Amino acid sequence: MEAIVLQILNGLDKGSAYALIALGLTLIFGTLGVVNFAHGALFMIGAFCAVTLSKILTLSHVVIDATKKDFLGNPLKVEVPYIYDFVGENAGNVIIDWAVPLSILFAIPIMVLIGFIMERGLIKHFYKRPHADQILVTFGLAIVMQEVIKYFYGANPIPTPAPEAFKGSLDFGAMLGFEANSIIYPYWRLVYFSFAAVIIGGVFAFLQFTTFGMVVRAGMADRETVGLLGINIDKRFTIMFGLAAAVAGLAGVMYTPINSPNYHMGMDFLVLSFVVVVVGGMGSLSGAVLAGFLLGILESFASMTAVLETLPGINQIIIYLVAIIVLLTRPRGLMGKAGVMEE
Amino acid sequence: MSIIKPTRRGLLRTSAVAGAGLAMPTIFTGSASAYMNEPTGSSVTLGFNVPQSGPYADEGADELRAYELAVEHLNGGGDGGMMNTFSSKELKGNGILGKKVEYVTGDTQTKADAARASAKSMIEKDGAIMITGGSSSGVAVAVQALCQEAGIIFMAGLTHSNDTTGKDKKANGFRHFFNSYMSGAALAPVLANAYGKDRKAYHLTADYNWGYTTEEAVRESTEAMGWETVNAVKTPLTQTDFSSYIAPVLQSDADVLVLNHYGGNMINSLTNAVQFGLRDKLVNGKNFEIIVPLYSRLMARGAGENVKGIFGSTNWHWSLQDEGSKAFVKSFGEKYGFPPSQAAHTTYCQTLLYADAAERAGTFNPCGIAEALEGFEFDGLGNGKTLYRAEDHQCFKDVLVVKGKENPTSEFDILEVVEVTPVSQVTYDANIPQMGGPEATLGDCNPGA
Repeated sequence: MEAIVLQILNGLDKGSAYALIALGLTLIFGTLGVVNFAHGALFMIGAFCAVTLSKILTLSHVVIDATKKDFLGNPLKVEVPYIYDFVGENAGNVIIDWAVPLSILFAIPIMVLIGFIMERGLIKHFYKRPHADQILVTFGLAIVMQEVIKYFYGANPIPTPAPEAFKGSLDFGAMLGFEANSIIYPYWRLVYFSFAAVIIGGVFAFLQFTTFGMVVRAGMADRETVGLLGINIDKRFTIMFGLAAAVAGLAGVMYTPINSPNYHMGMDFLVLSFVVVVVGGMGSLSGAVLAGFLLGILESFASMTAVLETLPGINQIIIYLVAIIVLLTRPRGLMGKAGVMEE
Repeated sequence: MSIIKPTRRGLLRTSAVAGAGLAMPTIFTGSASAYMNEPTGSSVTLGFNVPQSGPYADEGADELRAYELAVEHLNGGGDGGMMNTFSSKELKGNGILGKKVEYVTGDTQTKADAARASAKSMIEKDGAIMITGGSSSGVAVAVQALCQEAGIIFMAGLTHSNDTTGKDKKANGFRHFFNSYMSGAALAPVLANAYGKDRKAYHLTADYNWGYTTEEAVRESTEAMGWETVNAVKTPLTQTDFSSYIAPVLQSDADVLVLNHYGGNMINSLTNAVQFGLRDKLVNGKNFEIIVPLYSRLMARGAGENVKGIFGSTNWHWSLQDEGSKAFVKSFGEKYGFPPSQAAHTTYCQTLLYADAAERAGTFNPCGIAEALEGFEFDGLGNGKTLYRAEDHQCFKDVLVVKGKENPTSEFDILEVVEVTPVSQVTYDANIPQMGGPEATLGDCNPGA
């Protein structure tokens, strides 16, 4: 029983990341009709926004400490962050400690800007081209983005810890009346899950309850008619691309304390996110979210020791297995609508 | 009088015989050189095959720095580094056997096929006389087999799997780096001391060659001193989030988690384990502990604060205070501005050891070099007295047991050496099952050509 609760919890944070990325993918696909293979790279860039902000906050000048020696026996060069000079050491440390949450503010404008540049500069020219062309160009773009990040930040993962307040884990089991330590769950993963829920709720509310969202939804249903009504739907779709980029970026920012980011983390999520979109149903936002959590939880279950003992290797194929079953029984995915990508 | 009538058949037969006669001399004299890529000019070319792209690129870059430093020293540049402390005094700073040392580099991408392709190209196109490098056991085993076929010496870089000098050992291949068996043998007594003999261990193991041999080695040596292994789970090499593997650990009644992971796997699994608060838990009345059998400082940096207090083993560390280590850290540090990694150290040593063997053998012939390295005892290269064992071409030397430092003073000061395990404690018989048993043999040295 404990094991099952535990794996559901585990699946939730993994599912949150899948759902956030798949949500962005579906938004772009539903509005612009583009299959964006660079979406994983946007997630990665988001994570590196957090890395960049912590680097900026810890930007230092060198003070020679003659009392200590470095590895060559020369006087030790101590790096003192500039932020100490502005706000003092204690406040400086607090700001550095909270670098990851602060990066949310830092990442939003950057991600929206990158989204705009991507859409206007490159993807726009591929609207009328076949999906295969779109996949090739966005995949190429993803590789370029990866290599740029690797050039500046190196190939090794860069530790980007959560604020001190969120270190450690919550003993969920004790709260539910199980034995102590039977179900533990890190605080930051709870934060991640709640954050994802807020973002997903926000995107849905935006599309459902604002005039802008209504126009976008109308455009998704029938782009031509909305255009004929004199609405500049392209401009709105560009904004949606920026929004999708920001969602992926924020998912990346908040993911950094869970796993130290490196340049190819986007690719790790990209393929799975596409499976999520397909299982959820191409073009269905709620399908993407549902499938994201579903596959995240299933993946966690498949890694349970008891399951692995009966079905060795199931953990590596479970997602694809489910995808095959769903597509065989419901060819449009869980919540797919007729007519999407079927022409 | 008979007239010999020329016929078509006869003509063909005659020309075939004549042709064979003409070809004969070249068949017997065609290979004027006695071995593959024999250097004929005033220089000799070494092939450095390291990951320059992909996830181990940073480690590969450090290996390359060390190779360049070794070449500089061999050619008489710089301060000579460990050439001054090396017990063998054959190297004079005038290249190898009087020939200037040049080098070419290849990118292994940490993929066996890419590594073989780049090694092949360096051997065939650039005429490399020796191939060295690699930052993964899969790559090292593949390239070693290629060098064996080509008749080239392979001086392995960072490869820790038992198989490199065990099941897959080759007469043309040599390894200075230590291996899984040695890590297990060195760690076990230290762990028994620190955590007691009554422990229940849970292993998470990377699902590939190196992971298996490391798990086997650590299990055998910890079980021998009384630990119980409650579970061992294989994790996919591509796994990035280990939470679903870590979460069940506490339910298993285990009080020690052994992470047989390297590189990105190690960084992520350790980070996840610490995140789950494993180290703050009390199980069976004991503090829960985590162990990382193979530490790399470059990798430990990626895990940040999570490595604090965690035991592991390493081949070499820049804080060692013997003359060799000090000389190496000085020349490397002055050239590049930071201390060398264990990967840099082993590749620098391998280059000097190759050059020295060539000097002592008086030839670049792989068989001569292999003979010079087999059973060679040396000192002054940072690991104390070391033996290149003839039976399996594995170096035997002291092993360092290290621990993540509690109060690091700089970004390089991540590990502290807690014990130098003497070589006698990590020496094993070349025919033990972990090393492939008696069926695994070196074969014969191949000079190529």
